[in-house]
Amino acid sequence: MWTRAVWLGLRASAGGRRGFPSKADPQGSRRVTAELIEHLERLALVDFGSQEAVARLEKAIAFADRLRAVDTDGVEPMESVLEDRCLYLRSDNVVEGNCAEELLQNSHRVVEEYFVAPPGNISWPKLDEKEPFSHC
Amino acid sequence: MLGRTLREVSAALKQGQVTPTELCQRCLSLIKKTKFLNAYITVSEEVALKQAEESEKRYKKGHSLGDLDGIPVAVKDNFSTAGIETTCASNMLKGYVPPYNATVVQKLLDQGALLMGKTNLDEFAMGSGSTDGIFGPVKNPWSYSKQYREKRKQKSHGKNEDSHWLITGGSSGGSAAAVSAFTCFAALGSDTGGSTRNPAAHCGVVGLKPSYGLVSRHGLIPLVNSMDVPGILTRCVDDAAIVLGILAGHDPKDSTTIQDPVKPFTLPSLTDMSKLCIGIPKEYLTPELSSEVQSLWSKAANLFESEGAKVIEVSLPHTSYSIVCYHVLCTSEVASNMARFDGLEYGHRCDIDVSTEAMYAATRREGFNDVVRGRILSGNFFLLKENYENYFVKAQKVRRLIARDFVNVFNSGVDVLLTPTTLSEAVPHTEFIREDNRTRSAQDDLFTQAVNMAGLPAVSVPMALSSQGLPIGLQFIGRAFCDQQLLTVAKWFEKQVQFPVIQLQELMDDCSSVFENEKLASVSLK
Repeated sequence: MWTRAVWLGLRASAGGRRGFPSKADPQGSRRVTAELIEHLERLALVDFGSQEAVARLEKAIAFADRLRAVDTDGVEPMESVLEDRCLYLRSDNVVEGNCAEELLQNSHRVVEEYFVAPPGNISWPKLDEKEPFSHC
Repeated sequence: MLGRTLREVSAALKQGQVTPTELCQRCLSLIKKTKFLNAYITVSEEVALKQAEESEKRYKKGHSLGDLDGIPVAVKDNFSTAGIETTCASNMLKGYVPPYNATVVQKLLDQGALLMGKTNLDEFAMGSGSTDGIFGPVKNPWSYSKQYREKRKQKSHGKNEDSHWLITGGSSGGSAAAVSAFTCFAALGSDTGGSTRNPAAHCGVVGLKPSYGLVSRHGLIPLVNSMDVPGILTRCVDDAAIVLGILAGHDPKDSTTIQDPVKPFTLPSLTDMSKLCIGIPKEYLTPELSSEVQSLWSKAANLFESEGAKVIEVSLPHTSYSIVCYHVLCTSEVASNMARFDGLEYGHRCDIDVSTEAMYAATRREGFNDVVRGRILSGNFFLLKENYENYFVKAQKVRRLIARDFVNVFNSGVDVLLTPTTLSEAVPHTEFIREDNRTRSAQDDLFTQAVNMAGLPAVSVPMALSSQGLPIGLQFIGRAFCDQQLLTVAKWFEKQVQFPVIQLQELMDDCSSVFENEKLASVSLK
């Protein structure tokens, strides 16, 4: 497990913070900048945790870059193999439900019929504002 | 009795030669004896015995529900089962007990099947070895077979090292091991990139991936919504057809199931091969393919030809890009699907209470392993606004090209494609873990995942043992929704090759009663 302090140290040694994320380079693969790492962690709400994970992402991107070699001019993207069929729509009638108690049972924190969440109006702190995470 | 086919056991149950309770107890005892395989995460002993009791009552009255009544089955642990813990081999869902049954599980239970337990897998079905779950890796029963051990003794004159055990393949390794070791007659797996067919080939069982849209995904914890399909693992093709007949059909709870009516079917025996056209995709002959698998593949092609079928070489030109395309689409859909795990309504929740985002992040860090997190992050990268066109949409376009390749081949008169399932036989765990999960998946899914992208049905049938005494399977790919035709060809092939039964000698000596019924007079079938 990586504490935030150690992680900050790693990223500092990896090149520190840059001004702006690099634009997509049409010839080569994207560099994974600290900005990008922070951005992805914020979007995914999952942290990289180690330099190895960043290296894995770089490899994954390099792997995906092979797609550039395919000629897809005039080809429509395919979302579903069942695109030629009509999606099934059932009639708008209530057929099940009334299972609030069952559903609430699976949650760790419940008050009456509410799922309890911590405050949502506190934004995810920026890199230099963060404190090391306490291990749960 | 445990070595028989579904139909034979079903007939034996109807004739009273064995009772569901006896069958259940034998399977439970075998599960205990094979605990070292780590195939099961949860063994639902009480539930199974109760179901057996009810099944027995039905048989006494002569009101059996069908071919599956009283038959022990197992279910992969990413299918929701009401009242039974469903973990996906992840800390995120450890202790999670779903309040409902997946549709396919419900269908099995409605037919009277006995649920033995939930089987082990790679965490969230991400992997090709069944080695990356929190409950540990699954061991391939063939590691302990007479066939394998004799070959090993010839090579290494040392003692039996258990440290050299083999992987099952993945991600439905637990299901494959459970079926291979006779602890159940059929097991459910899931197939997103080959996760049912890969372990089936390594464990010497039949692994069927039905056409996308034929079987409901409601209750299957999703990985890639546009490619996931529940898979079926059995010891013979006929059994797989029986289970498919029960599971297939429209489900109002899964809008991606087709509405065409589906009936259970029996597989005819093929007699006239002259009308059959088998295609051999030339791009599947890769340098990484082991020479043994290659020679078995040729042998199979020759077999079809010698019996009068037309065997032709075909081309699937975009094969070399299918792994990359799958990589992008899979991680993108995973990034989206894994977003539901935030600790609020179900699953693991950390103790941080500062803010929702902090809580979500810590919960997800604790709940997911590196593989899952890696895929989520890669997926989020591909879905970024600046990358969406170049990666995600591009991959969707390549997907269309791949699907079109298959359509073109089938339109040219080919009925069924014949390909290898895996690059080689099962490898020892120590060798497998030398490469990381993503690399392994990219290597091992080579022959299987293009099928998921096109939504076609495919089945892996065990063909023969390798020089090391391990199973090698071959894959048949059929036209969309022509699962019956696919299985008919597979059944014919299975009969021709007569794949040997696994000899689990030590287990046989311990529970000799398991096979005593082999000596009884042959069971009469309807």
